[in-house]
Amino acid sequence: MSRQSFRLASGGCIDRTRPLSFRFDGRAYGGFAGDTLASALLANGRHLFGRSFKYHRPRGCLTASSEEPNALVELRAGARREPNSRATMVELYNGLEARSQNRFPSLAFDLLGINQCFAPFLAAGFYYKTFMWPSGFWEPVYEKAIRRAAGLGRAPTLPDPDRYEHSHVHCDVLVVGGGAAGLAAALAAGQGGARVLLMEEMPWLGGCLSSDDSIDSMAAPDWIARTREKLAAMPEVTLKTRCAVFGLYDHNVCVALERVSDHLPQPPAHQPRQRLHIIRARKILLAAGAWERPLVFADNDRPGVMLASAMRRYVERFAVAPGRRIAFAANNDGVYAAALAMMRAGVGVSVVADARPEPSALSRQAMAKGLPVRHGALPRRAHGGQRVRALSLQTPDGTFLERVSCDAIGVSGGYSPNIALASQKGQPPQWREDILGFVPAGSDHDEPVSIGACRGVYDLSACLQDGYEAGAQAARECGFAAGALPPSPQAEQQEDGGMTALWHCPGKGKAFVDFQNDVTTADIQLAHREGYGAAEHLKRYTTLGMGTDQGRSANVNGLAVLAQARGEEMAQVGSTRHRPPAVPVAIGAFVGHARGRNFQPIRRTALHETHEKRGAIFVEAGHWLRPRYYPQAGEDMNAAIRREARQARESVGICDVSTLGKIDLFGKDVAEFLNRLYINGWSKLPVGKARYGVMLREDGMVFDDGTTARLGEEHYFMTTTTAKAAEVLAHMERYAQVEWPDMEAHFCSATEQWCAVSLAGPRSREVLAAAFGEALDVSDAALPFMGAREFSWDGMQTRVFRISFSGERAYEVHVPRGCGAEMWERLLAAGAAHGIVPYGTEALGVLRIEKGHIAAPEMDGRTTAVDVGLGGMMSTRKHCIGQTLAGREALREEERPILVGAKPVDRRQVLRGGAHFVNEVAGNGRIDSLGWISSVADSPALGCWIALGFLRNGRERLGERMFAWYPLREEMVEVEICHPVFFDPEGERCRG
Amino acid sequence: MHRIDCPWCGLRDQSEFVYQGDAGSRRPGEDAPEADFYAHVYVRENPKGWHREWWHHVGGCRLWIQVARNTLTHEIHATARAGERLPFPQSEGTPP
Repeated sequence: MSRQSFRLASGGCIDRTRPLSFRFDGRAYGGFAGDTLASALLANGRHLFGRSFKYHRPRGCLTASSEEPNALVELRAGARREPNSRATMVELYNGLEARSQNRFPSLAFDLLGINQCFAPFLAAGFYYKTFMWPSGFWEPVYEKAIRRAAGLGRAPTLPDPDRYEHSHVHCDVLVVGGGAAGLAAALAAGQGGARVLLMEEMPWLGGCLSSDDSIDSMAAPDWIARTREKLAAMPEVTLKTRCAVFGLYDHNVCVALERVSDHLPQPPAHQPRQRLHIIRARKILLAAGAWERPLVFADNDRPGVMLASAMRRYVERFAVAPGRRIAFAANNDGVYAAALAMMRAGVGVSVVADARPEPSALSRQAMAKGLPVRHGALPRRAHGGQRVRALSLQTPDGTFLERVSCDAIGVSGGYSPNIALASQKGQPPQWREDILGFVPAGSDHDEPVSIGACRGVYDLSACLQDGYEAGAQAARECGFAAGALPPSPQAEQQEDGGMTALWHCPGKGKAFVDFQNDVTTADIQLAHREGYGAAEHLKRYTTLGMGTDQGRSANVNGLAVLAQARGEEMAQVGSTRHRPPAVPVAIGAFVGHARGRNFQPIRRTALHETHEKRGAIFVEAGHWLRPRYYPQAGEDMNAAIRREARQARESVGICDVSTLGKIDLFGKDVAEFLNRLYINGWSKLPVGKARYGVMLREDGMVFDDGTTARLGEEHYFMTTTTAKAAEVLAHMERYAQVEWPDMEAHFCSATEQWCAVSLAGPRSREVLAAAFGEALDVSDAALPFMGAREFSWDGMQTRVFRISFSGERAYEVHVPRGCGAEMWERLLAAGAAHGIVPYGTEALGVLRIEKGHIAAPEMDGRTTAVDVGLGGMMSTRKHCIGQTLAGREALREEERPILVGAKPVDRRQVLRGGAHFVNEVAGNGRIDSLGWISSVADSPALGCWIALGFLRNGRERLGERMFAWYPLREEMVEVEICHPVFFDPEGERCRG
Repeated sequence: MHRIDCPWCGLRDQSEFVYQGDAGSRRPGEDAPEADFYAHVYVRENPKGWHREWWHHVGGCRLWIQVARNTLTHEIHATARAGERLPFPQSEGTPP
């Protein structure tokens, strides 16, 4: 284990009593509790963290926070392997394992570093240009090479073992960010009793407050601790750290990611790894802070180049010296706080190059304290390979000044307010020349309200004031009048020496703008020359601002380089609109618990356990699980289906049809309502009878079919298909509520209330007679075809309908759900003597295809009643939904494909759904499709495969031979076109 | 994600509702010509701005409600029951 030679002897917020060990690229290192992976590596003197995306240049860490573009590592191993973890956000735990990414074979010696020599070919838009030709090379050659050479880390290949939770939260005031402004806002909002939720991305509160800052005459850490206590004492205030708000959506819905267990080796028992909070806030206050910008100069990406504020954080929070002799380069006063922090910690400062020609008050103070400040000096080039060795300086007009040796370079190019969330909500970025940054426009009045640094208020005392006032106002607007609030927290006002615009320092060499995507100033200028000069185009063409950091350190510098190229002001160039998520979010967090078996709700019928006991193989039908077939010992699927279908035709079968949509209708106008819903007429349906009906959509296409029975004078019972049950109900509700509210037709879903079976086969009546006994006369005279009865079967409310989908004599029996299992047992017992067999959806399908009955494949939303052969049902004596548009000229064309049957000429051949009817296939593979096959079955009754399909001029083609062409398997089967009712065309079997 | 003030149930999450299209067009009478039905089914304004919409409260009262929503800002100006007059902002978008 190497010594932490860059760890300062004292100070910091780390716990020196808790040493931790970890491994990076297999090597063991030591750190302390409170470290991040980045701070611990820096403490061990490691500045080389990884290789860059495109050029494989060595990279260190640029920041100490969430916006880190460079220091992306692969964390953990196996199923928990997580690529692209920002080392600056990874909290150290004992035994942590991390690896550098994007290097081969090793980080220090990377063969693909040779990409730097190919840089001329890897300029902006290189994907679009370089690999265009020959097109056949793309997949086998180019894509593989690029995937190896470029990219960010490896995704895990094993299932994620962790759990993720979703939490729904309501609050009055959501404060995003726990820095000075956010804490002040929460204090003010919470005092009146408002329900306040404060979410802070980092593990600590205080944002960029330094131990050197002072608030209310206290050192900032004491003020933070005191404020935390005050907030904790307010029962309606909730503080969440490690929790990043990443998306703002309509109507003040905000989504945040809480890293519950990421700071631990693995989640504790019964704890999720991460939690997604979906927050409904009445008021949103954004206190998201500002990002320091790097400076753009030659080789500014060398390991050791770091933001000045990050250096200060490494010293003050982590007690880590970023180097032994540090050079600073800046264009603003902020750098002096960092340089003085180095000085206090005993870290050498070799130069502070301040681009401003004249000293400011702060720079004078710094010089008085002995800092070597050089005004009017710009960085020219960073020297060194895997670690900086020196910094060259120059005048603003490009004259070389001197070369200063150093082992780290602190840079500050000013600050960019974090406008990501405000921009997501559509508040346009507005350029402010005085602070050289974009702020959200209209943030004083609009939701959400930005406070503090994220709207360009940088002075600590002003931030506190801003947050406090906004917090009080938000609480007032939510109806919490706090009365007289105690005065706002106070800090000493700082004089701001202003800044000079410094977007691109002259000099030869690659000057990086976007470190993560390897976008240089030259790339941006090239994109502009090639016509991609709009901010949004620039982003897509160069990838500037994409990736895990979403260009937080890069965007404004990049837009400024673009503005220079365009010869325009920043205000004219504008900025891209931000989109959620603002921080990287694991897919698992979005998925939450909806995975595997919990992906969607599962609906089981009342008979599910019965089917399981019989060894049924289930199939998903929407949310339902339905028995597909019931294999017997030694039987495969096809054999089981044939047996079930044959038995239903020869004696009797029983099928669970509980999944059918069921709707009870009441009222004196139900018949008229049904007249308008269905194409056929309902006025004359007597009590005790059922009728088959077809519904259209308003556009004239077939919507659904089913039967409706009249059980009483004003009581009807409708069944729909399983698939369309919910849609039919919504459709009926629309017409009843919106179009015909005066009709007395009331209805509700009864799908869940009834368990239903279909009893089909020549012996079905004997089975029912035995089962019902005295309870119901099932003779043909008492219960004829299409008869419907409701009666009490030994106390069970029972509905029986003599309707047939199979073409056999058949009955549907409905009982209340709780009686389902008993009904099943009774019917099976009664049927035992007749060889009753349960059949599943496959046999059901075979039976209906043999009868030419339509189902979902025939009602695909493109077919009319005429197309499916039911045009004759359309009543012309009344109006129904879809009737008018079904009469459109194109829908009445003779040529339209209509429902036909097809059989293979060679009876041994297999037919496939989706095949096309063709006369021939031309040599070039082109076909003239005459129609398609919608449903197929291996029919036991006919002894061959049969198909339903749609064929142009189908009526005239009955008896013709043609081919069913299935291009996915290059199969051509000669077929004979026939009437779609293959079996018992006169329908004698079901009428009995 | 929207939050919709159902006139029957109160303020509820969008996830309880299903968007059901333009509420500006009324179904023609049964004897109306094909062209009227064609316009009712297919022709839409697609406004940038205020829009009358049907939302179906499937996860709640199951009633169809009218919503005046801004397609640009997603602001909801008002909601109303079917058959009620829907308060509608007098600005761009579909006229009331």
